[in-house]
Amino acid sequence: MMRRELSRQLLLSAKLRLLRMHFEAGVGHIGGNLSALDILMSLYHDALKPDDAFVLSKGHAAGAWYVALWSMGVLGEDDLKTFHRDATRLSGHPPCGGIDSILFATGSLGHGPGLASGLALAKRLQGKSGRVFCLTSDGEWNEGSCWETLIFAGHHRLANLTLIVDLNGLQGFGTTREVADLGSLAEKFRAFGWRVLEVDGHDIAALHAALQPPSAPDVIGPSVILANTRKGCGVSFMEGRMEWHYLPLNQAQYAQAVRDIEQGVARPAGEGE
Amino acid sequence: MRTPFCTLMVEAASNPELVFLTGDLGFKALEPLRDALGERFINVGVAEQNMISLAAGLARSGLRPWAYSIAPFVYARPFEQIRNDICLHKLPVVLVGNGGGYGYGVMGATHHAIEDYGVLLSLPSMRVFVPAFDGDLGPIIRLLAGITSPAYLRLGLSEEPADFRLPPYAPWRLILEGGRAGATILVTGPLVGGIADAARKLSPQHRPGIWLLSELPIVEMPPAFVEDVRRSEHLVIVEEHVEHGGVGAMVAAHLLARGIAPRRFSHRAARGYPSGLYGSQKFHRKECGLDPSSVLAIACQD
Repeated sequence: MMRRELSRQLLLSAKLRLLRMHFEAGVGHIGGNLSALDILMSLYHDALKPDDAFVLSKGHAAGAWYVALWSMGVLGEDDLKTFHRDATRLSGHPPCGGIDSILFATGSLGHGPGLASGLALAKRLQGKSGRVFCLTSDGEWNEGSCWETLIFAGHHRLANLTLIVDLNGLQGFGTTREVADLGSLAEKFRAFGWRVLEVDGHDIAALHAALQPPSAPDVIGPSVILANTRKGCGVSFMEGRMEWHYLPLNQAQYAQAVRDIEQGVARPAGEGE
Repeated sequence: MRTPFCTLMVEAASNPELVFLTGDLGFKALEPLRDALGERFINVGVAEQNMISLAAGLARSGLRPWAYSIAPFVYARPFEQIRNDICLHKLPVVLVGNGGGYGYGVMGATHHAIEDYGVLLSLPSMRVFVPAFDGDLGPIIRLLAGITSPAYLRLGLSEEPADFRLPPYAPWRLILEGGRAGATILVTGPLVGGIADAARKLSPQHRPGIWLLSELPIVEMPPAFVEDVRRSEHLVIVEEHVEHGGVGAMVAAHLLARGIAPRRFSHRAARGYPSGLYGSQKFHRKECGLDPSSVLAIACQD
């Protein structure tokens, strides 16, 4: 892997590559990929160490993951060109086998936290170092299996486990508040014995701080980073709009999206929703 | 089979890679294993989806997890976790389901496992082991300890007849030689014990031969079984499992693929709850025609 300083230029190139990949493939899911990309880039260029592991539970952000792996030199330009096409390794959701960095095929929500807990528990039983990270969506916390894991990992104090929740506020067919309002996820995680950090999921410096290993006195249980994000982050006509969970970009929209990203129109998290 | 299962697992506990997960079950049965494994015995609570995902994570890290519960809670509740997390990745996780078939009797339909191996065998790389007798567990557990694919172990109650001479464990075993004029019965599961016990009392000339199949899917059929099918007038397949996905269809397909057609074919399988009433395992078997006298009546009729 080729870890690089997470410069503005590197982030910009990743965002543009993500847009182009989705445009050329003619597929949707771009909104939830843009909300997750800063987190994934921070993980790969700023946090993950050789002994660490990562599970993408929100498998519909596979595109952003592939681009992060491309930025690390794990996937090549030729790989990204095959995204969503016949005979590709890069299916719409993460594949099983073939790419060492992808430990598990995901896409059905609610699996990642349990898988990541299994990896974290294995490290403990084997006396191995390293941390395990897992990125979930926010709608995913409708899944009962997530809460099973939340109970388990809190009870067993899996301090080497860090979940990141991509809180973009939109799920499949409505806002998270409209569909099944969970109120404060922070309070809920704390109640189960988790260490909770809340950050702007598009603030690279804040993500950097949150992704650091907890200092020793803090290590009493698993951690969760509640990352406030914007679906379609950086693209004026996508931000906070549910349809960009699904829609592909047409030529004019793609051109506008590229202009928006290049001009850095992103607003601070929390505004305009 | 829980007690011999536990004893054998305690023997296997010296393998530092073995991890045993239970979905809050095993009271008065698995305590010795808990003591032997220490931190590698984990009661994950009443949370089977998480248990299976955990097992996948452990196996992906090089450990050898076993996940235990009452049978339907280990294969039906977390089916998607088995499919996606374990089988798609061909991870060596052993699922242990206690109470195969109608094993939990009058506890009711929610606790029965009458479509377990049919469902599981639809998944890639899955292998199924159905011990019929306590003595089958040793060879099966030794095999499972080194298995490289997902597996399901269906535990039941051994019904080994007294003074019955069993051949050594093998996936296919002829456990009662039939008469020249007899049918061929193939059974999967502990209910073979009662059928064999009743059959051995019949006249040697006319009694059916009884084969026992304990591993699925069918990889190959022993020539001696094929010969028995060719020779006998009637092939009867008996299993405490529904017809769909069952041994009956598997055997029939294998035979047809080899151009072998039994002169007569009967299949006795679990049929759910025909009367709408509940009872012991024996009661449910009887309702489905799986009891020894019903099976022999079919096998011995002209």
